Amino acid sequence: MSLMGTFENYQAPTSVSDQQRPNQYIGSPVQRTEDNALLQGLGQYVDDLKLEGVLHACVLRSPHAHAKIQSIDIRHASSMPGVVKIYLYDDLPPSAKKRLPVLVPNPAIKQIMTQEVLASKEVLCVGDPVAFVVALERCLAEDACDAIEVEYEVLPAVANCLNALEASSPTIHSEIASNMAANVKMGFGDIEQAFANATHRVRDTFWINRGSAHPMETRGYAARFDPATGDLCVWSSGQTPHLEKKNLIDVLAWHPEKLRVIINDVGGGFGPKVMFYPEEALVAHAAHDLVRPVKWIEDRREHFYTATQERDQWWDMELALTAEGKILGLKLIMTHDNGAYLPWGIIMPYIGVTTTPGPYVIPCIDVDLRVVYTNKNATSPVRGAGRPQAVFAMERIMDKVAHTLGLDRARIREINFVKPEQMPYNNGFIYRDGKPMVYDTGDYPKCQAMALELARYDDFPSRQKAARQEGRYIGIGFANFVEGTGLGPFEGATVRVQQDGRVTVLTAACPQGQGHKTIFAQICADQLGVPMSMIDVITADTSTISMGIGTFASRITATAGNSVFLAGQSVRNKVLALGAFLLQVSVDDLELHDGVCFVKSNPSHSKTFAELARVSQGMPGFSFPPGVTNGLEDTQYFSPSQSTYCNGTAVAEVELDVDTGQIKIIRYCMSHDSGNLINPLLVDGQIQGSIAHGIGNATLEWMRYDEQAQPISTNFAEYLLPMSTDVPNAQLVHLSSPTYLNPLGVKGAGEGGTIPAAAAIVSAIENALSGTDLFLREAPLTPPRLFEILYDSGFFKSRQL
Amino acid sequence: MKPARFQYHRPTQLREALEMVATLENYKILAGGQSLMPMMNFRFVMPDHIIDLNQVKELTGIDQDQDRLVIGAMTRQHHIHRSDLVAKLCPLVPEAYDQVSHRQIRNRGTLGGSLCHLDPASEQPCFTSALDGEIEVQSLKGQRTISIHDWTQMYMTPALDSGEVLTRISLRPWGPSHGWSFMEYARRHGDYAIVGVAVLVALGANQKIERLSVSLCGVSAAPVRLTALETSLLGEVGDDRILPAVNEHIEAIEEIMHDSYNSATYRRHLAQTLTARALGVALKRALRNH
Amino acid sequence: MQEEIQIHLSVNGKTHDCKVSTRKSLADFLRQDLKLTGTHVGCEHGVCGACTVLVNHQTARSCLMLAVQADQCEITTVEGLTNEDHTLSVLQQAFKESHALQCGFCTPGMLTTLTELLSENLNPSEDQVREAITGNLCRCTGYQPIIKAGLLAAERLRALENPARALAPQSSQGQS
Repeated sequence: MSLMGTFENYQAPTSVSDQQRPNQYIGSPVQRTEDNALLQGLGQYVDDLKLEGVLHACVLRSPHAHAKIQSIDIRHASSMPGVVKIYLYDDLPPSAKKRLPVLVPNPAIKQIMTQEVLASKEVLCVGDPVAFVVALERCLAEDACDAIEVEYEVLPAVANCLNALEASSPTIHSEIASNMAANVKMGFGDIEQAFANATHRVRDTFWINRGSAHPMETRGYAARFDPATGDLCVWSSGQTPHLEKKNLIDVLAWHPEKLRVIINDVGGGFGPKVMFYPEEALVAHAAHDLVRPVKWIEDRREHFYTATQERDQWWDMELALTAEGKILGLKLIMTHDNGAYLPWGIIMPYIGVTTTPGPYVIPCIDVDLRVVYTNKNATSPVRGAGRPQAVFAMERIMDKVAHTLGLDRARIREINFVKPEQMPYNNGFIYRDGKPMVYDTGDYPKCQAMALELARYDDFPSRQKAARQEGRYIGIGFANFVEGTGLGPFEGATVRVQQDGRVTVLTAACPQGQGHKTIFAQICADQLGVPMSMIDVITADTSTISMGIGTFASRITATAGNSVFLAGQSVRNKVLALGAFLLQVSVDDLELHDGVCFVKSNPSHSKTFAELARVSQGMPGFSFPPGVTNGLEDTQYFSPSQSTYCNGTAVAEVELDVDTGQIKIIRYCMSHDSGNLINPLLVDGQIQGSIAHGIGNATLEWMRYDEQAQPISTNFAEYLLPMSTDVPNAQLVHLSSPTYLNPLGVKGAGEGGTIPAAAAIVSAIENALSGTDLFLREAPLTPPRLFEILYDSGFFKSRQL
Repeated sequence: MKPARFQYHRPTQLREALEMVATLENYKILAGGQSLMPMMNFRFVMPDHIIDLNQVKELTGIDQDQDRLVIGAMTRQHHIHRSDLVAKLCPLVPEAYDQVSHRQIRNRGTLGGSLCHLDPASEQPCFTSALDGEIEVQSLKGQRTISIHDWTQMYMTPALDSGEVLTRISLRPWGPSHGWSFMEYARRHGDYAIVGVAVLVALGANQKIERLSVSLCGVSAAPVRLTALETSLLGEVGDDRILPAVNEHIEAIEEIMHDSYNSATYRRHLAQTLTARALGVALKRALRNH
Repeated sequence: MQEEIQIHLSVNGKTHDCKVSTRKSLADFLRQDLKLTGTHVGCEHGVCGACTVLVNHQTARSCLMLAVQADQCEITTVEGLTNEDHTLSVLQQAFKESHALQCGFCTPGMLTTLTELLSENLNPSEDQVREAITGNLCRCTGYQPIIKAGLLAAERLRALENPARALAPQSSQGQS
């Protein structure tokens, strides 16, 4: 079966409001409009911007994980060739001397620690910015950084989030009392009763360690101040232009109407580029202060130190079950290493714990979530956003339950699934969006069954036996997930017919490769009956739409996509109303096609979009008739009532070389349900791409720190990203359970491949070793670590016998 | 990540280069740049002078000189990898290069550069060791030849004095009927080996091992020739019965490298596993060619 | 302020005579001095492959070459792999049809690397295409669509009279 799955057979949905009008573009695998420029090397990433006279910046960073700054001497550095200015904390405006705001505050956070724009007195992790050097060239700025003399008083560093909670542990900051950032206890049901009634109790602890997103393009910012107008324009390699603008307004005390953030092409985001970072404030401030354009482009080493990461996490899970294997309750203690700062509050561990039930009925849950500070780089959501860890813990414990009860792994899950007839299903938690976690649509049993069938799970035992006779260790594992997508509160879009008849879609959605421009053109084209080539889409420019949230959390198709749909519908109605008036017919007599509004029974009696647009923009003195308003444009901010839940099942088949520890994925299958698909080509691309991230999480990517909280794996030779030979061609099958929560019936699809991958792959590795008593409980599970586990268990000795 | 300042020198003749290394202080020689430039970009290395040998044409070439294969220090890895002469005389070498990094690196990287960089995980010192390579260095004072077995002074430091330039490497090809194998374990395709092994074997009458060369990389600063194993297997028939000897001799290696990623135990087990497998392949090939 | 020397080179079939700082990388020279920003910088230590260009028709990490080392060389960047009228080349078109790019940052490196492969071998197997791009990291696509694009381009190039020209329309290689 080809990668492109079954979309050739896919039925394009008709638009909800007009069953008579089939979609031409929605549901079709349309090629991307973004590609021509990118393929020719004409992308406009932030470092590509041609800014006349631009200055280049470099940040001097703390080499210590925890230290007090005694003194900083910039005299020699300031006089070096090409150095324009060096900024220290005292040079910042008062508004920039405060710590940065938290993206999502939560009352559970006892002590908020966020970054300073430049360190005032105490640095809390390796990489903290201490000075900002602006020079004629980057190499000259780096030379000057090397010449800045800083005296530090090194303080004890906290490197491990479990040790950090002990009374004897030093604190990450000399002025805070403990390293517990937040301790959230939540749950529902009578947990003591559930465990008292249980026939079986199955418990284990899982460790999922640090990793990063590592988009191929690092972070970067450029800014230009126009003294004639007082306008400050900031370009960024980011995911959230309006959020960046809001932060800049606060940090620089800037007039909101005089600040513009533009995000052009972004070479991947995956979460960490959502944050507002100190360097953006520094670049903007310097551009204003020096009245020269300034840019700072993060290098890869800096990215290792400063772009937010994810995890470590320890999950202590215990399930209470009936004799037959039905879950009665779950106890969970989760300890999360948030690093030295909470830029996104506690959202990621929160998403993690609330994702734990997955597609299973768990009547009773008790959670003790500990979010802990350490002197390491801050953590925030990376693709999957905490869910891969929850799925890992839940699917591993389910495998253990199956083993304990002597049940097939698929069967134990079937016993516990939320059934289709139970949908919509409230899993008991309050989700990150503040609403009850109600799974809207989905058929979990069918999804698992389809994936297992695709993977030929049922006859795997005989294949495994045959392989074992040849001395080969092959295994199969799978995992289910449910993911809340389409996060609110809104993402707006304006649809506007221009005076030349072309149509513009404007939105704050901020693509980093997702193909937003193509999707929005598809949706808009179908509402207005125009070809996609007549549509221009402008994204991520704060001057084009007043409010926005950004692109992350698989939210955009379900929010902005629906805004485009609704705005497009509204503009369609305006076109028809104005056309009816000018052509003197009723709306029902009209048709729209190719930018022309014509009378169905007499097509030559028509008005072009251009003509209509010009009329609608008004002529002095001429009033509009009733039912016609000015402008062929509308802005909609679709606001979902809650998240919409997509789901899927991943099945991995692996072969182990036990003597080297090498883990080869020989086959990878997924079933995936994101409701209606606007563009199946792009959805399949997201799934294949997110599977690659998942494979990285499973066996390759481990961000290592030492006991002094010094990052160790700070280059691509030590931090291993999946290469082409590490990622198999995934085989996909789609289900479609459209949602009722938005007009298009769509759900998110960008993270589904990542979420179950580590669970499925580690399950497969364990299955390959069946016959041993090994239970695997960590990710990434790297070959050297697998070898160590086998060695310590006496595997090699017993093999010789 | 931009390099610190340096003065750039670009000799076009070997003589010029030798004069530079004799007189300049704190220099680094730029060969392929695939190892040096990353270190310079990270500012782990900040020489005052860079002497770029890429214009010194005398230092490239692949030739047969009587019983030796002679390769100029600046010969690109790609050319060695694809050379018919090398494939004919030393088939171990292209098999090793199949596992060296990626095409972009091999296009620029040089054999001489790799031997001077001397990463313990590198494949090139390993096959040079298996083939009893000899390294010719030159200075203004003259020329000397250093056996690969004496080439490593300590971790990533060759026996190349200040004022000397590595000019040629000569390898001793085995006869037409020998067997060979280069195997390594790396985390991903093209990564440096955690452990690698180069095996050469020749069989005599009755499939008895007449000659054997086994060299390991990734266990020590220098490639390790398992000379005791080689001697002990002479005269033995090349089948499964020699495997215990492989394990024992590797077990007997006293000091094996370790770091926070890969323990000594793991490396030792890899060495045993890979040597056994490589021997198996080499013996099959020797038998076929016999 | 900085040591500079004169270099003479051809980039995408066009010759340049310029003074360049001796410590500037070829990647930075192409991007800053020649304003060819299609070549991207992803890691500056020779692993990610985003900076891959063709130097005398062979792929190289332009972040690991000094610009001065490109003296007397023929360089082809992604801009040289495009048709002069800005229509997509065979390889680029195959990428578009296969959805072989998402963010586009690794794409120029993928294109130059596959150009080298297809110049050597117009009938590669899937494994050979997969192996050819091991030195190019992609964080978006999961590689399969890129491999598909490589195979599709190979098939179409095999049917052409002058595949070399179609592979590198604006480099001197394409013109020879």
